[in-house]
Amino acid sequence: MSVDILMPALSPTMEEGTLSKWLKQEGDTIESGDVIAEIETDKATMEVEAVDEGTLAKILVPEGTEGVKVNAVIALLAEEGETPDSVEAKGNGAAATGSAAEEPGPAGPAERSEAAPEPAGRPRIETGNDPQIPEGTGFTETAIRDALRDAMAEEMRRDETVFVMGEEVAEYEGAYKVTRGLLDEFGPKRVVDTPITEHGIAGLGVGAAFGRLKPVVEFMTWNFAMQAIDHIINSAAKTLYMSGGQMGCPMVFRGPNGAAARVGAQHSQDYSAWYGHVPGLKVVAPYDAADAKGLLKAAIRDPNPVVFLEHELLYGESFPVPDLEDYVLPIGKAKLRREGRDVTLTAHSRMVGFALEAAEQLASEGIEAEVIDLRTLRPLDTDTVVESVKKTNRLVSCEEGWRYFGVGAEICATVVNEAFDYLDAPPARVHQKDVPLPYAANLEAMSLPGTEDIVAAARAVCEGM
Amino acid sequence: MAKSTKKTRDPVEATAKKQLIDHYRAMLLIRRFEERAGQLYGMGHIAGFCHLYIGQEAVVTGMQAAIGEGDQVITGYRDHGHMLACGMDPRGVMAELTGRIDGYSKGKGGSMHMFSREKNFFGGHGIVGAPVPLGTGIAFSNRYKETDRVCLTYFGDGAANQGQVYEAFNMASLWDLPVVYVIENNQYAMGTSVERASAETELYKRGISFEIEGEEVDGMDVLAVKAAGEKALKYARSGKGPYILEMKTYRYRGHSMSDPAKYRKREEVDDVREHRDPIESLKARMLEAEKASEDELKEIDKEIKARVKDAADFALESPEPPPEDLWTDVLIEEETA
Ligand SMILES: Cc1ncc(C[n+]2csc(CCOP(=O)(O)OP(=O)(O)O)c2C)c(N)n1
Ligand SMILES: [Mg+2]
Repeated sequence: MSVDILMPALSPTMEEGTLSKWLKQEGDTIESGDVIAEIETDKATMEVEAVDEGTLAKILVPEGTEGVKVNAVIALLAEEGETPDSVEAKGNGAAATGSAAEEPGPAGPAERSEAAPEPAGRPRIETGNDPQIPEGTGFTETAIRDALRDAMAEEMRRDETVFVMGEEVAEYEGAYKVTRGLLDEFGPKRVVDTPITEHGIAGLGVGAAFGRLKPVVEFMTWNFAMQAIDHIINSAAKTLYMSGGQMGCPMVFRGPNGAAARVGAQHSQDYSAWYGHVPGLKVVAPYDAADAKGLLKAAIRDPNPVVFLEHELLYGESFPVPDLEDYVLPIGKAKLRREGRDVTLTAHSRMVGFALEAAEQLASEGIEAEVIDLRTLRPLDTDTVVESVKKTNRLVSCEEGWRYFGVGAEICATVVNEAFDYLDAPPARVHQKDVPLPYAANLEAMSLPGTEDIVAAARAVCEGM
Repeated sequence: MAKSTKKTRDPVEATAKKQLIDHYRAMLLIRRFEERAGQLYGMGHIAGFCHLYIGQEAVVTGMQAAIGEGDQVITGYRDHGHMLACGMDPRGVMAELTGRIDGYSKGKGGSMHMFSREKNFFGGHGIVGAPVPLGTGIAFSNRYKETDRVCLTYFGDGAANQGQVYEAFNMASLWDLPVVYVIENNQYAMGTSVERASAETELYKRGISFEIEGEEVDGMDVLAVKAAGEKALKYARSGKGPYILEMKTYRYRGHSMSDPAKYRKREEVDDVREHRDPIESLKARMLEAEKASEDELKEIDKEIKARVKDAADFALESPEPPPEDLWTDVLIEEETA
């Protein structure tokens, strides 16, 4: 029986690629492990290794073909005892399923997962309250990973004391390609590859900040910063206070936070509430590219330690970023993403996209939702939230993390305190299920909150409206 | 192919045929299993992180041949080879990779988080360095219970720079715990070579200031691994404390599935493959010493291929876990009488 050679997904986000070169020709003998072809995705060239052995009977997709779908049959292999010309092309039943996020991935265009599909036509309602953008300013569609990189590069140009340090940040250009190009521009003195020693680099970073540098410490993901949390809290957050104001710690801890796709419990966790709990820190969690850029620049300039929570599943998403020389946003201000009169949805990071999608769906049912992007968790812009609830009289808080002692608990308590008389329904919370994140596709999808959960919660608080 | 050109007698000659065949079979199972896993990943049946062990097969195979009944094994996320070597069922391992109910963790763990109490395999851990204190703690429990078990604790060259490794080393030595630390030095931690991350690149020396003995081993030679393993295990079992084996090995594939591997040249990989491949070189040595015939080995190839195919088929047919499983195993619920 002949064996189909399929177009492989070489990165978890790959849907199609260019078959750039065949390294074996029809009639060649192939052993497993042989490199048979080269494939290009938009970010990388990768080699395809043979799994089965035999003779390359037919090449079905010639080299140079673009847009070859993952799992398409690209060639046929005659197995031992079979003559190559007896091989017939046959159908290919395998279907590509969801892709996954990958640690050292070659920056895919948009990390998508089956478990949590990206909204296709996400509404982009720009009723923001950032006043700085002058009339007539142009915008450039920028992927979030690039917006973050631009923020670091601009601040490094501006201030000699800013440097970036972390695992694979320099030569590999970041496990998620966020630091791409920085080593080339700034050299190894300012873009520093470290060993895998999170506790060490966090502490070393705090020391460097005490020494009046401005470190940007990248964690490959925030999951690994659990090894470093002692320094983030005990050294970075508390020392200013304990020194009576002498020992400031001007630094940024940054990296991807929250759920990735199909990587299991140890690599998928939302730390918003963890860091939001700690006095002495600022905690920022942007949603779109403009906020990512403007807030990261602000974080680097801030004289305090800032925990900057990015989202891996958003890195490849593009949003308009204003073409301004120095776009810096205030830390501590929420952003009104959509106006509405019936219910307030609060969210941060990736949940903002789901909240906007939910608002769109709710609108078609006659419920006008107001969407507030918190952007900063500490200090939390409770004024904006409370003002909104005074208008809508209903609240649904949305977060990716667990419910107990979470961001939603804080927001609901604040609203109950400050706008009790305005509430027409008990505030609701949308959150991850109260279990470690499972690996299995179906269980993972059940576990993570999404658009439908927000719609359902909003409907419930609006019942009888 | 690595022909044995040494003047001295090749240890293969003094090794029983059955044992050589067992090594060959064990390494081939890992190789073929990993190739299949890579293929299923490419087809979207496996997701998330998937770190293949191809190239390093001699390390776990040799060590497993050296351990005794009841000795424990713990490692990181590049763990499929260790599980197969421990005798875990390829079907159950593959079904975990596909996230199905028949997987070793009922689909909840995935590639990096699998366990088998029955086979004394303690995981399967996603956090770099974590297995080192954990394995040391397992050794502590061995000593506490006055058994003569030893815990094999595997970790990578990159993990060797974690602070927790040295906290564990100190306690293991201080208390003479029965643990053998196996450093799988495959020369890279993701895209970082040992030279770029380690001040002391001879990792077997990392125990010196804790008074832990260490030695370097050719991790591509299953017999050398087994011999070193037996020595280290004997030492640890006799109550003398921990021992470090630095296995010089190599990973052929990327760090995980989507690593374009720009940090090394294709020729470097090809060179190892051609001259040091653990499976091919054992095969060549066995043929040279007339310990096996081409035909015999071909039969084994076929048998392994069939076993791996069976595991893959099983893993694709096994159902997803039922929705109610989302809520189980968070805590142990005591039976209320
Ligand atoms: C604490 C921690 N930091 C970072 C990572 C991300 N990471 C996963 S594997 C890896 C490289 C480890 O290399 P090595 O120890 O040499 O093992 P190998 O992958 O070569 O088997 C890194 C940085 C992690 N899983 N845990
Ligand atoms: Mg390594």
